Parts: sequence; structure tokens; C-alpha cells
Amino acid sequence: KPQDIDEDDEREKRKAAARKGSKASRKKVSKEQSDDESEEDKGRGKKSGRAVSKKEKEDQNNDKKGNKKGKDEENKDKENKNKTTSSSFSSPPSPADSDEESLSEGEIAALKEQVEEKKKLIATLRNKPWRMKKRLLLLKEAQDFVEKFEGALGKGKGRRLYAFKVMMTKKLIKFNRDFENFKTACIPWERKIKEVESHFGSSVASYFLFLRWMYGLNLVLFGFMFGLVVLPEVLMGLPYGSIPRKTVPRDEQATAMDFSVLFDFGGYCKYSVLFYGFYNNDRSIGVLQFKLPLSYLLTSVGIFGYSLLVVIRTMARNANEGGDGGDEGEFIFSWKMFTSWDYLIGNPETADNKYASITTSFKESIVDEQENQKDENIHLRRFLRVFANFLILCSLGGSGYLIYFVVKRSQDFAKMDPKTLTWFENNEVEFVMSLLGLVCPPLFETIAELEDYHPRIALKWQLARIFALFLGNLYTFLFALFDEVNGKLEAEKSIKNATEWALHQYYANYSSFYNTTNVPPPNVAPADVIRGPCWETAVGREFVKLTVSDVQVTFLTILVGDFLRAFIVRFLNYCWCWDLEAGFPSYGEFDISGNVLGLVFNQGMIWMGAFYAPGLVGLNVLRLLTSMYYQSWAVMACNVPHERVFKASRSNNFYMGMLLLVLFLSLLPVVYSMMTLSPSFDCGPFSGQEKMYDVVIDTIQAMPAFIGNIFTYVSNPGLIMPAILLMILAIYYLNTVSKAYQQANTDLKKKMQMARDDEKNRRNNQDSTNQVMKDLEDLLPNKSLAPTPVAEEKPLDIVIDKTRTTRTKPGTAGKGVEVQKEESLSAPNPRRPVTRGPGPRGGPPGNMRSPQPEPGRGRGQGRR
Amino acid sequence: MGNKQTIFTDEQLDAYQDCTFFTRKEILRLHSRYHELAPHLVPMDYTNEPDCKLPLALIVDMPELKENPFRNRIVESFSEDGMGNLSFNEFVDMFSVLSEMAPRELKAIYAFKIYDYNVDNYLCKEDLEKTLNKLTKEELTPEEVELVCEKAIEEADLDGDNKLSYTDFENMISRAPDFLSTFHIRI
Repeated sequence: KPQDIDEDDEREKRKAAARKGSKASRKKVSKEQSDDESEEDKGRGKKSGRAVSKKEKEDQNNDKKGNKKGKDEENKDKENKNKTTSSSFSSPPSPADSDEESLSEGEIAALKEQVEEKKKLIATLRNKPWRMKKRLLLLKEAQDFVEKFEGALGKGKGRRLYAFKVMMTKKLIKFNRDFENFKTACIPWERKIKEVESHFGSSVASYFLFLRWMYGLNLVLFGFMFGLVVLPEVLMGLPYGSIPRKTVPRDEQATAMDFSVLFDFGGYCKYSVLFYGFYNNDRSIGVLQFKLPLSYLLTSVGIFGYSLLVVIRTMARNANEGGDGGDEGEFIFSWKMFTSWDYLIGNPETADNKYASITTSFKESIVDEQENQKDENIHLRRFLRVFANFLILCSLGGSGYLIYFVVKRSQDFAKMDPKTLTWFENNEVEFVMSLLGLVCPPLFETIAELEDYHPRIALKWQLARIFALFLGNLYTFLFALFDEVNGKLEAEKSIKNATEWALHQYYANYSSFYNTTNVPPPNVAPADVIRGPCWETAVGREFVKLTVSDVQVTFLTILVGDFLRAFIVRFLNYCWCWDLEAGFPSYGEFDISGNVLGLVFNQGMIWMGAFYAPGLVGLNVLRLLTSMYYQSWAVMACNVPHERVFKASRSNNFYMGMLLLVLFLSLLPVVYSMMTLSPSFDCGPFSGQEKMYDVVIDTIQAMPAFIGNIFTYVSNPGLIMPAILLMILAIYYLNTVSKAYQQANTDLKKKMQMARDDEKNRRNNQDSTNQVMKDLEDLLPNKSLAPTPVAEEKPLDIVIDKTRTTRTKPGTAGKGVEVQKEESLSAPNPRRPVTRGPGPRGGPPGNMRSPQPEPGRGRGQGRR
Repeated sequence: MGNKQTIFTDEQLDAYQDCTFFTRKEILRLHSRYHELAPHLVPMDYTNEPDCKLPLALIVDMPELKENPFRNRIVESFSEDGMGNLSFNEFVDMFSVLSEMAPRELKAIYAFKIYDYNVDNYLCKEDLEKTLNKLTKEELTPEEVELVCEKAIEEADLDGDNKLSYTDFENMISRAPDFLSTFHIRI
């Protein structure tokens, strides 16, 4: 049956060939004519009139090209047709001249058709895979033909408009392209990351991409914070030293400028715009009546909202990109092979990078491929995996207990006099936590080697484990912090009472002494005023200190662990007993999981701390900026690629997922403190209020009544409950729909796969059933093939006798025949003409000058 | 038009514009580039279509092609004699196909020709090996090359003849996301 089909195909093709042949002969005739004409043209020279008419005609062709351009276009088409017919009617001799036939109606129709065909040919000529010479000839021929039978067209008004439109669309396209180029040029560090990627593979590059993304996010956050909170306070608020909260207290003034104090973010730093306490509680400031407290609260909440939005949107986009993953699994290697080289590259350095990156990506795919084929003792591996997980759980539990123990101890220490404690006892918690952070990840990595996962999966496990570790640390830290805050709140209450009592006392004394009700405020220097501990600033300071120490640790680790190590390995290698580079210390690998998690948790710190220390966001931007340069330098200078280079998982949603989780976790304490803890009475924008969100309520009350009414209605439980229900329903519905789509998608993919397999099977079966025929035919090609390899090998710079080896592959004896058959079939195929017959290739250049009647068709015949 | 020296007649320019994806200006620029390659060989006056060809070595040295691992193949594919001698027509043709505006089908045909090292209208394993070695500067081991080539053929070969015909190639390349963006040279 399939053979029948094939035969049918063959017949069809032959027919087509015959048709084409007849057409070609017709064309040949006309070509001769056109040649004649072109000679005439040359004889006449460039007469201006002729050139103009030609131009007009081409304009008209252009019009045709941009088909579907509204009504006027159609009208013109009609006009054209009319003209064609009229011209052919009015001047019967002209067609008779060329075709030497008289006119009948059918012929006119045929002629019209031909004209249309030619026009179409002119329009699509540039898309045809023909040689330029042939194209030019055909163009001329077609144009002459059209001109002859169509006559020139007068100028219309619509055309100018149309030309204008075409020009505008062209301009628009160009502008868009330029804009796109500009946009990509604006993305920073593209080349740096590309360089890293080409040397270390996409997995390491994914960290830097993530870092860059973070930098962008933080830049926006910084913009919000700086523009809406910090800048207004600096520009319009009271200056330093005007009120107590903006002044260093008297007993701290002596050391306020010491480096150690400043470095600890005490002294002047503590009473600066960096921290919560500096901000004044004036309802509105400056000439613009800027409501700073409100802006402070809304910006802090807005930062969370914006981050949430961005993270989720990025996740969704990533999911979309990874969505059609089934399709890409189909042609991993062939796409890599045929589309990975960027033909635009013209810079030797870039080219080298590209070579390296292509090689790396091939290696990645090879590792993936081999991983798929691996098949080993599954029981042993399962046991090892369970065992490894057990070990890791043990170490996680151990570290958790250690932190708990240390925090307990530190609470005991806190009750003692700080003067009697040693430095170690003071900083025990931080010390133990960073020690755990340093020791545990390598430990996990060592244990993970038992599991023998694919590096990509191993990375995920590693990330998840370290994530759990860090999370434990973070929350222990937070609980310790909140304990401290509660203590401070107690202390504050007593101080508040004391100050109020003192103030009251002062007023009572003053009024009784001077016997007046008009009491001036007590004349005390702002530095001497008794003040509360201002727990918000204390918390902010903790976060800033933590961030800074984190930066120090990271940078030092890189400097010592990577740079110094690489330095020693590189230069001590000359005088050492064993090979340092290949042996024990060797060069470090880039620690992706640790760095990613460091970044994620750092971001969590920023989110949490931004409320208490608005300057933290700015610090973080600086940190990310330096980190980008420093780390990309370090990785290029002192790291070696991973032993098994592996591809980053397609969707970076794993990172994003962690970020989202951290965002949520860092949202909790901030919202808790906003909603339940009462703000300090004498510092920060919310001082004097019972709760921080009172600012919002105040603002609403200050607004016109109807807005207040609206808010009351909206906050009515009767309205909120249905809204929540509605949202849940919507989520449920969308979820179901997306699942259905996913199902449909997989079904379609399955179908496609099946169709492909079917096709393959069909062809294969055909091969086997036709074995006898093939064997018979197998004798044929040798005759015809004999001259070809010789001819073919000539143009190649590298001589390889491979054409033959493929043909006579063992086990596929029949294949050669098919090649031959298909080639002969392919010859008349109009798509093939570009391929040259081997005949004229070696010929003298003089040979080339003579016109070749049908260049494309030479191939099959040359073979014969 | 504004040129003091006529390189092309208006008709020629229009014809070129109809046959390629270039504008008049670009064609003139292409000519100047072509002229720069060998000022003593290429005439400035192209009105009477002089017969002049530049050898492969000269064209491959253009900065646009210099770093391309397939430069020889590109030029050979576009030359009429298969040796890499390009006339101006073929030169324009080459950059037209490689221009941004050229459609995917056209590009696919020429890409196929470029990767077809032994000019037999099939991409067989040897072609793939050569392609791969050019792409990676021969940094993969022979086993890896073998594996990659086998995989590539397995993926894209529809008719099971262990080599890629144009149909296979087109089917594969038409779905490649990067093909259009990478298979293009801006001049």
C-alpha cells in the first residue's frame, strides 16, 4: 500500500516536472525575447523617459507586493484589470506580435492570469532560492511581460498615500528594532555574564542572572524608599540637633565619632536618616504638606506588595517559558548544532567565548543524556539516599539544638552585667550561627555525594537543605530579637511614665511658682532629654549589623577561600612535593547553592529591616553592586568549572520559589510588629500613636465624610466575607481551567509524538518490505555514482571520501538506492535549483560566462 | 542619483531591490564593500555588468565573516561554481539571504546547503561531525562527537535513513526558537 502511494507520488512529481518543463520552454522563448530587448535597451542607453516609466511600473509592483492594503488597493487592482483588458482589446496587434495568435476571450483570460502570475512572481522573487543571475533575468522578463500587456498606469492620489503608509511602516519597524536594540543595550553586565556562562556553564551564570535580577528589584525598592521617605525628611524635615530624637544623647557624645562605634552603627549613625528613630511625627511637613508618617507606613507596605508582585510575575513568566518544554526535548542536539552559532558575531573575543559556551552546552547535554541511560544497582542507591537523608536530618536537628542552647545562654548573659562578659560571650549567638553556616553546607555536600544524584537535582536538594538550616537560624534570631523588644517595651513604659511625671511636676511647679497658666516648655538641650530605648531603631540596627557582617563574611570567604587558595595553589605548585593543582587543595568550585541562598536570605533581611532602617535598602544596593563585580571577578580569576558541568534547570523558579517563601516569612514579623506592638513614644514617625496603623485611620478621618463612609462599608465583615469567598471560587475555577489546558497540552504532545513515530515506522517498514526491489536497484547507482564523488570532492578543502561510505553502510544495503531515487526525483523539484550540478564546477571561468539555460536542473542530469 | 559616478543604473538598482531584501542605499553600500575587498579588481562602474569574481580568500576576510566557523561553507554555498568565487550578484545574494528580512524558508534552504559539506543534498553523519568540530573547535572527544551526531540524527531524522534530508532539516529548523535570530548577518 505505501508503495502505491509512493508510486503515485512519483507519477505526480513527474507530471509536475513535465509541466514545469513545458513552462520552462515557454519561458525560454520569452527569455530570448527579453534578451533581445535588453540589448535594445543597452543600445538605446539610459533614456530618461524610459527609466521613468519603468520606475512607475515598479512602484505599481510594489503596490502589489504589499497586498491587502485596504479598499483603494482593491480598486486599483480592478483598474489594473480593466486596463489590461482594455489595452489588449484596444491594441490587438501588440499581443498578436508577441504570441502570434489572434485573440479570443479564453486567451484574454489566460493572458490575464499570466500577467497576474508574473506579478506575483515579481513580488515573491526575493523569496525564491535562485541564483541572482536567474532572478534578475526572470525579473526582467516578467516585468517586460507585464509592461507589454498591462500598459502604464496613470498616477493616482491613493498611491501617494499608500507609498506614505509603506514608508511609515518601514520607519516604524526600524524604530522598533532600534528601540529593542537600545533596550538590550541598557541591560547591564550582559557581557560579563556571557563570559562567565561560556566558561562555567549556565548553572553558574544562573546565579549571576539572579543577582542581576535582585539588583534591579532592589534598585526599584531603593527608589521608593529614598524618594518617598528619606528625601522628604532630609529636605523638608527638621535638621539634625533640633529635637531630641535627632540628637546624640549627652552621654554618648564623647564616643559618637569613634570609628568602632560608627562601624557598629552607633553614635551619629544611630541618630541619622538611616534609622526609624530619626523621623519626626509631624503630621505633615514642608510647603507641600507631605504626610511623612503616612508615606512611611505605605511605602513600607508597598515595598512588600511590589516585591510580591514582581516575584510572582517573574515566576509566572518563567513557568510560561518552561511550559512548552516538551517541544524542546525533541531536538536538543540538532538545535544546538544548527542554531547555536550566532552569525552576527564578529569579534574574536566574543567568538572565543561562543566556542567555549557551545562546547560547554554540548557537554551539559551529554551529561544529561548519559544520566538518562544510566542504570545501576537501584537498591543500594535507595539505601544510600535514605541513609544520607537521615544523616542530614540529624545534623539539622543538632544545629537547631545548638542554636536553641546558645540563645538560652545568651538570655542568661543578658541579665548579667555586660561589663563582666567577654567578647565571645557577648557575640556567642552570631558566632555560632556563622560557624554553622560555614560548616554545615560543605557537610551536606559531602553527605549528598552518597546519593549520587544528577548535579542539577543534587543542587536542588542542597538548596533545600541549606534553606532549612538558614531558616532555623533566622527564626531563632527573630525570636531572640522579639524577646529583646518586649524587654525594651517594658523599660520604655517606665521611662515614659517617669518623663510624663517629671513633665507634669515641672508644669505644676512652674504654674504654682510664677502663678500663670501660660507655661513655656522646659528649657532643656535636646541632647539632655531623657528618652526611651526606641526599640525600632535597635531592631533596625540589628538588621543593618547583620547585613554588614554578612557582606564581610561573604567577601572574606571569597578572598580567603577562593583567591588565597587559588594563589597558593598556583604559585606554590612550583616548589611542592605533589601536584597542588590536580591533587589535594586544587582550585575551588563556585558554590552556587550557598551563594544563591546567601542572596535570598540577605534579601529577606532587607525586607524585614527596611521598615526599621530605611537606609538598609540603599546599603543593599551598594552591596549587590560590589558583589556583582567582585564575584564575577573572583569566579573568573580563581574558580574552576564544576567537574560535571550541568545545565541550569530551565525555569529558575526554584530560586524564585525560595525567594517567595522568604518574602512571606519576612512579611510576618514586620506586619506583626506593625499591628500589635505599640510604637516608641519619643522616636519615629508614629510616636504618640497607640498603634502604627492609626496613621491611616487618622488620614481617613481627615478626609471628606463620604470617603470615610466608603471605608466603613468596605471594612464591614458582611462585605469582606463574600469577597473572600468570591476570590476562593475564582482561584478554584482558574486552577481547574489551567489543569484542563495542561491536560489538553500533554494530549496534543502525545499525539504529535505518535504521529512522528508512525511516520518513522512506516518508512522503516517500507524499507524492509522492499528489500528485494532495493537489492535489485542497488546494482544501479554504482554506475551513476561513479563520477560524482570525484567531482564532489574537488571543491572541498578537506578531502574526505565519505559519500561512498554512507551509501554502503552494512545492514542498510537498501539505503543507497533510496538516495539515488530521491535525488533523481528531487531534480525537477523547483526548490532545488540552487544546488549546482558538478559538471561546470571545475570548468574554466570562461565557461561560466555562457548563459546556462536551466541551472537548477543540471544537477540530476549531471548525475546520470 | 546624487552620486557623481554612476555605479548602477536606476534600472539595475530597482531590479536589485526587487530581487533582494535591500534598499537602494544598502545595495550601494554593499557594492562599496565589495569594491573595498579588491579595489583593483572590482570596477566602480557596474552599469554594463562586468564579469568579475572575487576568490573565497578575500571574501572570507570580511569582518562580518571572519569569526564565523562556517565562513568557507557560506561563501561556497553561494558561489555558482561551488569553489567560493563570488560575483557581485552572488555577493548581494548572500547578504540578502542572511539579512534580517529574509523569511525562514529561504534561510532554511541556505542553512541546509551550508551545513551540507559534501554537497550531496543530505546531511549525513560526516557533515554533522564536521559541523560539530567547527562549532566546538574540536574540543569534544571523538566519543562525544559520535554521541552528539547520533543523537542529532536520531532526533531529526523522520524517514529513518540515518541522514537528514532537506525535509527533515526543515521540519527541525522550522521549530527552532533561535534559528531566525542567529542565522543572520548585519552588514
